[in-house]
Amino acid sequence: MAVIEPIAAPPESVADQLERTWREPGGFWGWFSCVHHTTIGIRFMVTAFIFFLLGGVLAALIRIQLARPENGFLGPDKYNQIFTVHGSTMIFLFAVPMLFQGFGTYLVPLIVGARNIAFPRLAAFSYYIYVGGCLLLWIGFLLNIGADTGWFSYVTLSGPDFSPGKRVDFWAQMITFTELSALGTAVCLFTTIIKHRAPGMTLNRMPLIIWEKLTISAMIIFAMPAVMLSSTMLLMDRLVGTHFFNPAEGGDVLLYQHLFWFFGHPDVYIIFLPGAAMMSTIVPVFSRRHIFGYTPIVVATVATGFISFGVWVHHMFATGLPQLGELFFEAATLMIVIPTALQFFCWVATMWNGRVQFKLPMLWVFGFFFNFLIGGLTGPMLASVPVDLQVHDSFFVVAHFHYVLIGGSVFAMFAGIYFWFPKIVGRMANEALAKAHFWLFFVGFNLTFFTMHILGLRGMPRRIYTYPPEMKWGSLNMLASSGVVLMTAGILVFMANVFWSKRNGRIAGNNPWGAGSLEWGTTSPPPPYNFLYLPTVNGREALWEADPNQPVVTGLRVDVRETLVTNSLDSEPDYKEEDPAPSIWPFLAAVAVSILFVGSIFTQWAVVWFAPLVIITLIGWIWPKGRAPMRRRAEERWSQ
Amino acid sequence: MSAVRALGLSAATAAMSVVAGCRGQQSVMDPAGPQASRIEWLFWVVFWIALSAFVLVMLAFGRAAMRSGASKDEPPLPIIKEPPGDRAATVVVGLAVALTVIGLFSILALSAVTGAAAAGPTSKNPVTIQITGHQWWWEVTYPNTQPDQIVITANEIHIPVGKPIVILTKSEDVIHSFWPPNVNGKRDLLPGNQTAYWMQVDKPGIYRGQCAEFCGYQHAHMGFRIVAESEADFSKWQQAQIKPAKDPSDAETIRGRAVFMSRACVMCHTIRGTDAGSRVGPDLTHVGSRQMIAAETLPNTRGALAGWILDPQGIKPGNRMSPNPMPPDDLNALITYLQSLQ
Amino acid sequence: MRSKFAIVTVCLLVIAGCERENREFRQPPSASEVFNSIQVSGLHPGGTSPEGGPAVPNPYEESAYAVSEGKRLFAQYNCVGCHANGGGGIGPPLMDNVWIYGGEPGNIFATVMEGRPNGMPSFRARIPEFQAWEIVAYVRSLSGQLPKDVAPSRSDHMQVKPSESSMSPQRPTGITGAPESHQ
Repeated sequence: MAVIEPIAAPPESVADQLERTWREPGGFWGWFSCVHHTTIGIRFMVTAFIFFLLGGVLAALIRIQLARPENGFLGPDKYNQIFTVHGSTMIFLFAVPMLFQGFGTYLVPLIVGARNIAFPRLAAFSYYIYVGGCLLLWIGFLLNIGADTGWFSYVTLSGPDFSPGKRVDFWAQMITFTELSALGTAVCLFTTIIKHRAPGMTLNRMPLIIWEKLTISAMIIFAMPAVMLSSTMLLMDRLVGTHFFNPAEGGDVLLYQHLFWFFGHPDVYIIFLPGAAMMSTIVPVFSRRHIFGYTPIVVATVATGFISFGVWVHHMFATGLPQLGELFFEAATLMIVIPTALQFFCWVATMWNGRVQFKLPMLWVFGFFFNFLIGGLTGPMLASVPVDLQVHDSFFVVAHFHYVLIGGSVFAMFAGIYFWFPKIVGRMANEALAKAHFWLFFVGFNLTFFTMHILGLRGMPRRIYTYPPEMKWGSLNMLASSGVVLMTAGILVFMANVFWSKRNGRIAGNNPWGAGSLEWGTTSPPPPYNFLYLPTVNGREALWEADPNQPVVTGLRVDVRETLVTNSLDSEPDYKEEDPAPSIWPFLAAVAVSILFVGSIFTQWAVVWFAPLVIITLIGWIWPKGRAPMRRRAEERWSQ
Repeated sequence: MSAVRALGLSAATAAMSVVAGCRGQQSVMDPAGPQASRIEWLFWVVFWIALSAFVLVMLAFGRAAMRSGASKDEPPLPIIKEPPGDRAATVVVGLAVALTVIGLFSILALSAVTGAAAAGPTSKNPVTIQITGHQWWWEVTYPNTQPDQIVITANEIHIPVGKPIVILTKSEDVIHSFWPPNVNGKRDLLPGNQTAYWMQVDKPGIYRGQCAEFCGYQHAHMGFRIVAESEADFSKWQQAQIKPAKDPSDAETIRGRAVFMSRACVMCHTIRGTDAGSRVGPDLTHVGSRQMIAAETLPNTRGALAGWILDPQGIKPGNRMSPNPMPPDDLNALITYLQSLQ
Repeated sequence: MRSKFAIVTVCLLVIAGCERENREFRQPPSASEVFNSIQVSGLHPGGTSPEGGPAVPNPYEESAYAVSEGKRLFAQYNCVGCHANGGGGIGPPLMDNVWIYGGEPGNIFATVMEGRPNGMPSFRARIPEFQAWEIVAYVRSLSGQLPKDVAPSRSDHMQVKPSESSMSPQRPTGITGAPESHQ
């Protein structure tokens, strides 16, 4: 008699088991439960890019209005809202979320050789809170509740007497959302870098981009509270009746400026340093050698982080502070040029003594150099107190910060996007479209913003919705506005490139650039578990220094989400930890916190009513799920 | 004409027009006094240092990129483990950093010197002017220990040439910034915080300035002018400003004053010598002597005055002056009266 | 499902935001002549009193900007000279629930424009009617009758009273010597 036996399933490979354990949940609610860093990182990048586009639309509107003297395209009320929302969007909703939160969340665990970011649910929560902030500002803007007092919203203009309604309250609360989000990501990345590095990746062997993310995380933790404080104090003045900024009752108008800029200046370095780190990553790859001056660049990055906290008063030189104090801050501002200059020299030295293959990302490195140098060199002009007293709050300053922010961050961002596009998407970007994108954007950008230096020197102040024809600023403004057309075309070409290359680009393979860091040691795109076996590291460029038989980490379970924790300095394996499974609670907690924040704009009682809701969601978040503690007990592990 | 020549010619024209156009009203590059001159000088010094740095670094970048001759279309070349030029590069980078430090230090030192010099031609006997910022006009007061010698005007500041002037700054509402680029850098007008700042003009003329700190809807239209004139002309002006308003003599002007007194004008404006004494808006006692109205927005002509009085919100939307519709005869008489207030 | 949720949220916010943030800078001159149904005297020929009909609404009571303009004008036109910051002095207090000539917006508007016996001056032709309506809105906020998000918050001067947005509402009660007013 024939015995019919069931066909045994083939033994599952390690890869398949890991895939099953780590794959992202599907379905509608599954989308809100994802906790893997690659998913969250891409969400940050896509959302931030959408807001980059929206902010750019507002910039185009500004330039249309300013193209001619006494133009009637926008009235003062709408113009004030537009330039405020433009600045706030670019700084709070695009720059930090894209460069630090987006790139950081996606890349850091891959580069340090981990399976996931530390505190994955906090990373997810940071994303949802960030979206809450975006919606608050933009839905407000679309409903005529757009903030209209400038992206830094000085008192007393933004105080209760001179800004009626809820516009400034929406702005101030948006700050709370985005700063909470940045703090969450900073905690996740700091912990990942310190405790989840691959064995062998000592501090001395950490890639420069990891050093930068570590520095930025620390800067965020120190700087964000200052702005949360200033925006909360402003909210309290407006809603509760405190007198922090009311001179008649003992408050001080300058207090707001000090608190804001104590955050504001480190913030612009939080925006610039990721760009610099991308240069430190990309230049060695295309010079086919290790970076020149690893230790000086590490020291420069950390030193920039430190010194950036000591320069904030250079935004307040015109307020009539004592000369000696202003001189101190001028000295600090000039001093901060030195570490950045050192980084530039190291990059040039890397290229000089390497074999430079000027592939696509290097074009953007050139753009970064050209534009950030111009912006960085107008920096000492602004650092010098007498010159600053002339050009502060004029279009010269507008030109300066756009050169450093766009040159230092947007060009670097595009360099990073084209560099990591093969890794994230799995295909190469189209070269011709990318070059068209570069030249359109580069020429348009310089056309628009270089002219602003001249306008500032010719006396045009900033934040004016129009200007008289007698001042003869019309032709330069028209020239500046025409650059917008080229920049827009460039961005459209970029988006076309992304959509086309996602489907039709050349398959990239693991390491199309021949780079040395760990993210290039796994497939493109990476699997949901990042690495089949966690790697170990021999040197600063892990793949370049790897042995043919480089050891990998074994002994981690593949049926549960187990990760390796290593010790802080030498990155030796320390213990195994179970990563949280996908969970809806970060999303629910973000919704509860958002309701509480938005409600508190309208009534203080919202804090009382909605705090229990937040507490419930947090309880749901941390409620032990049962299996992990039982597993620990089964393995007789009593301490973590 | 070939494309290259055309490009070169247009670039040259642009450059020349840029440099030429940099002079003129409200320009940082057209100083009329010692402070603005020193600042312009310092700007050029820093500019040349910055330009040299830019050119050197970009040349180095260009050379570095092309030096090895490797092709970008080849697959990634093998890694160079220990590049031989690195020892020399260390020295060069060190020198570059040292040069940077020296350059920055020079900027610091020169700034300190320039700042000290620009901070004040001090004087025991300056002309003191109190500037009070309002949304969106400048209240200009020449204080005096004798109350009947105090001059109060708006948006137009007369000063004698060649003498140090001290400006006392404060604001009645939000933060404004007093910026006359031809004369000196700016100083913020802060509510609750009075500061003092010196300036001096050596060339007679009219120098326009503008508010440089965003202060609300009409920040764009908050200008002022500094009229620098000889000592004699300045005294004459000051004496004229101290007098109360001239009593009208002909029928049209008398009717104009009656219109002023019976309509909304008295709710906000002062004309010394009449019953109108409100301090909400600019003092109009000598409005006829001013060259511009509405904070450097409109010339002081009949037509502009008419438009401004009838519909200020159409010209400066959001500003504090209410519309004043009135029959044309009343309007004409009112304008005649206002222009008679020399 | 997601889109429905979004639509509901947007609708709620629309309702919340629309009127409060309106800023009208330019009033066409003819808009000043609209409100003709307010009487000063209680006597009228046959039929229902015009004020027995639908109450004259104040078009500015929902715009925070208009109320803040009213607050500015209250000081700049020297209402504070007689009424202080609502506590009264030469004139009666405006923060309480006693309205001698009626506390409806139409009554207050008539008071401001026409003046009243016993010392309230008439501001007709001195101030445009839309500014009078703004002042009316502010005066009603002094007794806490405007929603909290529209009424002004604390001012940048010395605090002599709670801010208008933190006043508990003092609805008008009995009135003396006033025309038959719509309650």
